[in-house]
Amino acid sequence: MRNKIVLEMKNIYKTFGTVKALQGVEFRLAEGEIHALMGENGAGKSTLIKVLTGVYSKDEGDVILNGKAVSIHSPQDAQKVGISTVYQEITLCPNLSVAENMYIGREKGVWQKWGSMNAGATKILESLQIPASASQQLGTCSIAVQQMVAIARAVDMECKVLILDEPTSSLDEQEVAKLFKLMRELKERGVGIIFVTHFLEQVYEVCDMITVLRDGKYVGEYEIADLPRIKLVSTMLGKDLDDLSDIKSDAKEYICGEAPKVLEAFDLVSDAGIKPFDFYIKKGEVNGFTGLLGSGRSECVRSIFGADRVLGGKVLRDGKPVKIKAPIDAMKAGIAYLPEDRKNDGIVGDLSVRDNIVLALQVLRGYFRPISKEEAYKFADEYIKLLEIKTASADTPIKSLSGGNQQKVILARWLLTHPEYLILDEPTRGIDVGTKIEIQKLVLKLAGEGMAVTFISSETDEMLRTCSRLVVMRDRKVVGELTGGDLTQSKIMETIAGGGVEDGRE
Amino acid sequence: MEENKTPEINPEEKKVVQAPSKPAKSLDWKAIFGKMLHSQMLIPVVAMLALLIFNLVNDPSFFAIKYGPNSVGDNVFTGNLITIFDKGAELAILAIGMTLVTAACGGQDISVGATIAIAGSAILRVVRGSEISPDTLQNPLILGFLVGCLAVIACGAFNGILVAYFKIQPMVATLILFTAGRSIAAWINQNQLPNIKDPTFGYYGGFIPGVPIATPIIISIICFIVIALVLRFTTLGLYAQSVGINEQSSRLNGINPTLIKFITFVILGICVAVCGLIKVSRISTINYSSVAKDIEMDAILAVALGGNALGGGKFSIKASVLGAYVIQLLTTTLYTKKVNSAAISAYKAIVVIILVVISAPVVRELFAKLKVKLSKKMARAGKKVA
Repeated sequence: MRNKIVLEMKNIYKTFGTVKALQGVEFRLAEGEIHALMGENGAGKSTLIKVLTGVYSKDEGDVILNGKAVSIHSPQDAQKVGISTVYQEITLCPNLSVAENMYIGREKGVWQKWGSMNAGATKILESLQIPASASQQLGTCSIAVQQMVAIARAVDMECKVLILDEPTSSLDEQEVAKLFKLMRELKERGVGIIFVTHFLEQVYEVCDMITVLRDGKYVGEYEIADLPRIKLVSTMLGKDLDDLSDIKSDAKEYICGEAPKVLEAFDLVSDAGIKPFDFYIKKGEVNGFTGLLGSGRSECVRSIFGADRVLGGKVLRDGKPVKIKAPIDAMKAGIAYLPEDRKNDGIVGDLSVRDNIVLALQVLRGYFRPISKEEAYKFADEYIKLLEIKTASADTPIKSLSGGNQQKVILARWLLTHPEYLILDEPTRGIDVGTKIEIQKLVLKLAGEGMAVTFISSETDEMLRTCSRLVVMRDRKVVGELTGGDLTQSKIMETIAGGGVEDGRE
Repeated sequence: MEENKTPEINPEEKKVVQAPSKPAKSLDWKAIFGKMLHSQMLIPVVAMLALLIFNLVNDPSFFAIKYGPNSVGDNVFTGNLITIFDKGAELAILAIGMTLVTAACGGQDISVGATIAIAGSAILRVVRGSEISPDTLQNPLILGFLVGCLAVIACGAFNGILVAYFKIQPMVATLILFTAGRSIAAWINQNQLPNIKDPTFGYYGGFIPGVPIATPIIISIICFIVIALVLRFTTLGLYAQSVGINEQSSRLNGINPTLIKFITFVILGICVAVCGLIKVSRISTINYSSVAKDIEMDAILAVALGGNALGGGKFSIKASVLGAYVIQLLTTTLYTKKVNSAAISAYKAIVVIILVVISAPVVRELFAKLKVKLSKKMARAGKKVA
């Protein structure tokens, strides 16, 4: 059975303002175990990791290490008690040597034993079979090797618990294989590893146990054999397979079979790391991209809008070829894009609601035709009323509005340009239920008026309610397309998960 | 239904909205006062008023404006106030360009002093023709000005490309011309000191016969009008702010951030060329190492005094220009107090520290907290009375 439990987290609570990030979360890790921490975006994985490593302090709950309760208030505390973390981004110094990186900041005093350092580093590198020499400059190693050095550093600090936070997202397949070999090696040595990833295949390749979180709550702890892929996906999404079929009755049918194609793309590929894909959308159609986070849904629509650098492919707009190199080209072609990352890609924080609403229209009009103040107020007031944006006035800086209202302002910005094809990437993320429904209704209304809409959401039932066709993605590749009778939660999950329903492991 | 429509805003603003309604008249005053208190213009206006009051109390003759013949025999206006607008012209013009660069790039151009030297030197090189010290202009001044303009626009473009395309920190990128600029200026005239004796050359830094106002004042006013028109009839202001606040989101709205940053540097280049013309016209010659020395620091200070975020974003050129005149007012005040010219920078530093600390967000927050506390106390006192 399971080895001795090395780490136990009990009843962890953490709140940010009014957001309950963690509510009574449990987590147990045994010696020599690779334990996947799974959950959709916003489920609380990273918050839990940050509580464990002392970046955040917990509101309530206990962390028990080797049977003793420990209090961790800073990342240094975590290291001292034997909890090491390797993050997705390399946090080492590329201009120092491998050995220096492994030993930096670990000596007790100001003195550094340079002589023994290289010898010690070589020994660890050899024992873990990491293909790097101690005196090599770290920046000259591949990202995977750098990641391994980071792990070696953690291991050499006699850690009992090693946290790997999405270590594989920037690695290719061979590099991932090397990393897994190292993880198994560490497992033999009795290190407990917490593995956070979005790649389902990788979970089934190396992990022994899975803990699933959802909406900040603990869902359960499963042995890998007891939780086949399809079950894992449904557990993460919080939908049991039994109660899925009846949602279909909500979905509406569209009559757009004969409608002209507003946009067609062939072999489109951008520098964001997606595989080339084909795509089309018809007038008055609502389609969606679905797949787990990191599967490349956003990257696909970004490449249509020219938000990432387009590397190749052909785009037809109303049947005529167009060149979309930058967002402005897409805007001129009547395409609008509401980005996923509202804070960094959407709002211009210090500017007023009014300026934020007219921004895109202004850009379309050009440098020498500024929208007058009166006109801008007219537009702003019109859309504030239309979308029921709750703001003190049109002059209020957008950053002081709530998330849902910020989203409505960005939506207003794009509706004002009267696009023929509207792309909404997670328009309902992080906003209250009422606004979510309003936005879905609006999407259906716009489509009814003939607008083509792409609607992306992490919540599958929202997509089912609004979309008549779903493009399914896995590992940055389009793996399927579902229409009509196939638009059911179970079918979507099956396609997302890939592989068979019965067989978890490939 | 009405309840649902209450605006969702941050707590601070809520307080303003929910403030107990008072009779209309007093509320209006409060609103105006509150608006002023939050305005960017607050600090420069208060600083200017403080300095003016200091002068009024100390020596009312500071404000005297005389009308009489100058050394050439023309009737002109003179006096400390005129001096401030005359001597402060270059700084005020520079503040325009520096504000735009700051807003769009989130950094400052420290090469403007050196590029003023380049502009001045280029102008002299053209108008002196083949002689070193001609008695008359050898080439039309307008040609000289255009060449000077081209030279510094090229400098601005150089800085602009480094900042916008290569994404180098503005201060580091402009450090290159800050270091090399004065040498380039000297090289343009083979390190000779041209001296233009033609009186028409001095018009732009002095007086045009028959016009009682110093020409730099007129030039600066023209510059203000031009930039006001540019901001009114193009979308540059909105784009520069948008790029400065959130470059990524600006790009996704179809703005080309690289181009916008580049344009701001070119505009600053034009401002620099105008300053160069005024500078060389004032003395009809040039001192490569001392012309417009340290003016870049004063220009940055003007932007900061104007309450513009040095990290980019929202800007007010009005406030920056006012900031520039505050600096000049301070300098002139110190001169009239017969402060040793070497000690002036020390006095300036003290004033700057006070102004900058007052306008720091930390201090503003403290003030805001204090205000809330006071109003609570007053409310409690009011209740007790009731």
